[in-house]
Amino acid sequence: MRTISRLSRFNIASLALGLAFLYLPILILVIYSFNASRLVTVWGGWSLRWYHEFFADRAMIEASWMSLRVAVASATIATLLGTLAAVALSRGERFRGRTLFSGMLYAPLVMPEVITGLSLLLLFVALNAERGFWTVTIAHTTLTMCFVAVVVQSRLGSLDRSLEEAAMDLGCAPVRAFLSVTLPLIAPAIVAGWMLAFTLSLDDLVIASFTTGPGSATLPIRIYSEVRLGVKPEINAICTLVIALIAVVIIIASVASKLSSSQGESAAPL
Amino acid sequence: MTDESPRTGAAANAAGDAHPAAGEPLLRIEGVAKTFGTFRAVDGVSLDVKAGEFFALLGPSGCGKTTLLRMLAGFEAPDEGRILLGGRDIAQALPHERPINMMFQNYALFPHLSVRDNIAFGLKRSGMARAEIAPRVAEMVALVKLEGLEKRKPDQLSGGQRQRVALARALARRPQLLLLDEPLAALDKKLRESTQRELMELQRRLGMTFIIVTHDQEEAMTMASRIGVMKSGKLAQVAPPRELYEAPRSRWIAEFVGDINLFDAESKLRDGHRLVIGTRDAGTLVVAEPRQPFGDSRFSVAIRPEKVKLSRRGPVSEAGHGTAINVLDGVIADICYLGGTTTYKVKLDTGGTVQASVANSARLDVDAYSLNQQIVAWFTPDDCVVLPS
Amino acid sequence: MSARRIFARPARFAAIAPYVWMVLFFLVPFGFVLKISLSQTAIAQPPYEPVFDLTAGWTAIRAAFAALSIDNFRLLASDDIYVFAYLRSLTVAVTATALLLLIGYPIAYGMARLPKRWQAVAMVLVIVPFWTSFLIRIYAWINILQHDGLLNQILLALHLVSQPVVWLSTDTAMYIGIVYSYLPFMILPLYATLAKMEPALEEAASDLGAPPGAVFWLVTFPLSLPGVGAGVLLCFIPIVGEFVIPDLLAGSNSLMIGQTLWLEFFTNKDWPVASAAAIALLVMLLLPLLFYERLQRRQLEEQ
Repeated sequence: MRTISRLSRFNIASLALGLAFLYLPILILVIYSFNASRLVTVWGGWSLRWYHEFFADRAMIEASWMSLRVAVASATIATLLGTLAAVALSRGERFRGRTLFSGMLYAPLVMPEVITGLSLLLLFVALNAERGFWTVTIAHTTLTMCFVAVVVQSRLGSLDRSLEEAAMDLGCAPVRAFLSVTLPLIAPAIVAGWMLAFTLSLDDLVIASFTTGPGSATLPIRIYSEVRLGVKPEINAICTLVIALIAVVIIIASVASKLSSSQGESAAPL
Repeated sequence: MTDESPRTGAAANAAGDAHPAAGEPLLRIEGVAKTFGTFRAVDGVSLDVKAGEFFALLGPSGCGKTTLLRMLAGFEAPDEGRILLGGRDIAQALPHERPINMMFQNYALFPHLSVRDNIAFGLKRSGMARAEIAPRVAEMVALVKLEGLEKRKPDQLSGGQRQRVALARALARRPQLLLLDEPLAALDKKLRESTQRELMELQRRLGMTFIIVTHDQEEAMTMASRIGVMKSGKLAQVAPPRELYEAPRSRWIAEFVGDINLFDAESKLRDGHRLVIGTRDAGTLVVAEPRQPFGDSRFSVAIRPEKVKLSRRGPVSEAGHGTAINVLDGVIADICYLGGTTTYKVKLDTGGTVQASVANSARLDVDAYSLNQQIVAWFTPDDCVVLPS
Repeated sequence: MSARRIFARPARFAAIAPYVWMVLFFLVPFGFVLKISLSQTAIAQPPYEPVFDLTAGWTAIRAAFAALSIDNFRLLASDDIYVFAYLRSLTVAVTATALLLLIGYPIAYGMARLPKRWQAVAMVLVIVPFWTSFLIRIYAWINILQHDGLLNQILLALHLVSQPVVWLSTDTAMYIGIVYSYLPFMILPLYATLAKMEPALEEAASDLGAPPGAVFWLVTFPLSLPGVGAGVLLCFIPIVGEFVIPDLLAGSNSLMIGQTLWLEFFTNKDWPVASAAAIALLVMLLLPLLFYERLQRRQLEEQ
């Protein structure tokens, strides 16, 4: 077979090393979260000790709850706004302020988080807004809706425009055509966008640090302050739980999108 | 966009209120033009299509035929001119307000819906009662012979099956006019031929009006009752297939539709009902006087290859032909065997070449001509056409 | 009017909500950063002056405008700490991006040469670590790189070193962390261009007598340059402003600009200087940001 012969030994080696590099650290972290011993040097046998300790840690639990609420709320708002933005950019043709609009949507994708965080904080201070759940949610929505917009826009762009024309030809007004044909077809991308927004929000340390108030730390903020003091097995356990949560979200979403559509072409998770 | 009456296309479909008065064409296109940027895609097209016609728009790619079709469907609005359907100007109506349906080139089947739901899509939009939809869908499925596949999704169908679903979906609303955009382009040759026959049969049985866009002249000739040939945004000729082939109006059309031998004329003399024309490449040719008189502009004599006969010695006398026969001496310069026919290229002693297409009517032809053989090519004046250059 | 324009009108209405949101929470905040970067530090709440008070009347606002100054930017330009921080950010970003390209390219190339079925699998495998938390991935490396961590244990067991090596709080650790975190951002755009490339092009090159190395440098690499550009920008821009990785993995004796900004803001409570540092960082990134925006827009709108 030609495709196999194209694959040189160098190709295989770089792939294997690359994947090992990507996965080994996480694997080690997960394994050590089950280590009974406090010392990383010693394997003390399998144990759920650090998970018990995590669930006994009120501050950690509160931070986790805060993070989850922020992630769900901001991902949902961001998915709504990001999808609308993607529709406007990919179906709106030329309109006034389009360049500014797309610039504002693409810049936060790479903008250093310290800048985004600082600028939002200064806004909230100027507005005299009480900092906490809502300020972090707004900040995360601002960042993650841009990612949603890109994911959905790339799906909309690859969609055959004649499908929408066919719907109109068969009696749909434009908005109806969008709802009954386009929306079901981009649904996997919208789901992927939500998941991306959810994990980005759950992940964010810098922007949350700027925009949250005293007494409402998110999980990454708590983890960060613990990690600065050194490695603690309890952190391994929390990290493993977060990884498991994200894995479950990804699995559910990909199964759902497989079930909802057999159109062969599924949206990539990025 | 003008303010259309809020009537939906569906209502127009169901009520059938746009039937033309007797003698009126179903569709009248008047001076329609469309410009994209600086490119004039459609340039003042006027055309009438009668109810029940199978009309083909034929032309090379970029000639404006698809743009014209999309204006009929409502995806583009003309910059100038009117489109009257049953006497009503629909030029600015939105696609869903027109009692016209279209079969898309790539079929545009909704990948998330089953065959049944694809066919029912337009019916649901038209507000048809649920109880009526199911039998109509079943009727359409039977019409295109897709029984048993109703629950499949488009990606579980073969190319030919998809084409049928697209057809059923477009026909389900019983449109006054069905538009087909290169409907057979995605099928292989054998399937294309059988589908052509099925489409023709279907159109005749339903008595519907079809407008098909194609770049394939054989397809247009086979299926259509009339053909409109388009070139650079204009209609070059509108005629039934036979007239288009035998009496093309211009040199360009003659060359676009089928093969043809062309000889530039240098002089002409009237001789009763005939013209005696001097050509540089083929000597003097006698042709029948054209029905439409033409001025003194430059012109050519055209003859289709299958009307050129070959023999070793000279014209074989055939009943019914006149005495004046064009006889050209030459040598076989090239032989192209095509199965049913063989095309010979004859290098004429007068300098030009003429192509002759000869039917291979016998399996073993001991008399087949060979390369460099001396030959006589001949044809009658009535088989020639005079075309302005 | 065309089919596209029939859709365009309702689609434009969709822009209203996200447009207002982005102006309010992305554009306007930059106005505040700019304004505060021109203000003076004060021991007050908020910790800067002048404070614009629109209720105080016209003269007060004029006085407030008069009080704005570019002193903070003068400080940034004259104080070695800031100048070095900017230079270090650029050095780190350039070095790390070069490392990422060097490591990411062979991986992306290997992916693009897999049979089609396996390409999708490889792509998911590259993306999945990106979904796990950024902070967790850095923490995973702290686990490995610490004094009695796995890396030192392995090195000791293999007798490659006689005593534990100090990994944490070094530039090496920081580069490992950056490469690890940003690798998917480099691989994916590279893979996207490499996978789209016609295999016949490479075959044609070797058919015309080019040895494998020449095939790569004369055909494959030049054709993958758009992907290289996208990957480089996607990594370079955020690395310049990176805070978490250098903070957790590198030593504290030379700081990157993101760390300086954080320090000024959270530790020194000097909001005006932090804002000025942010503006300066933004100006530095303006050109790559514009390039990136154009690339992104072209890619999304060409489809």
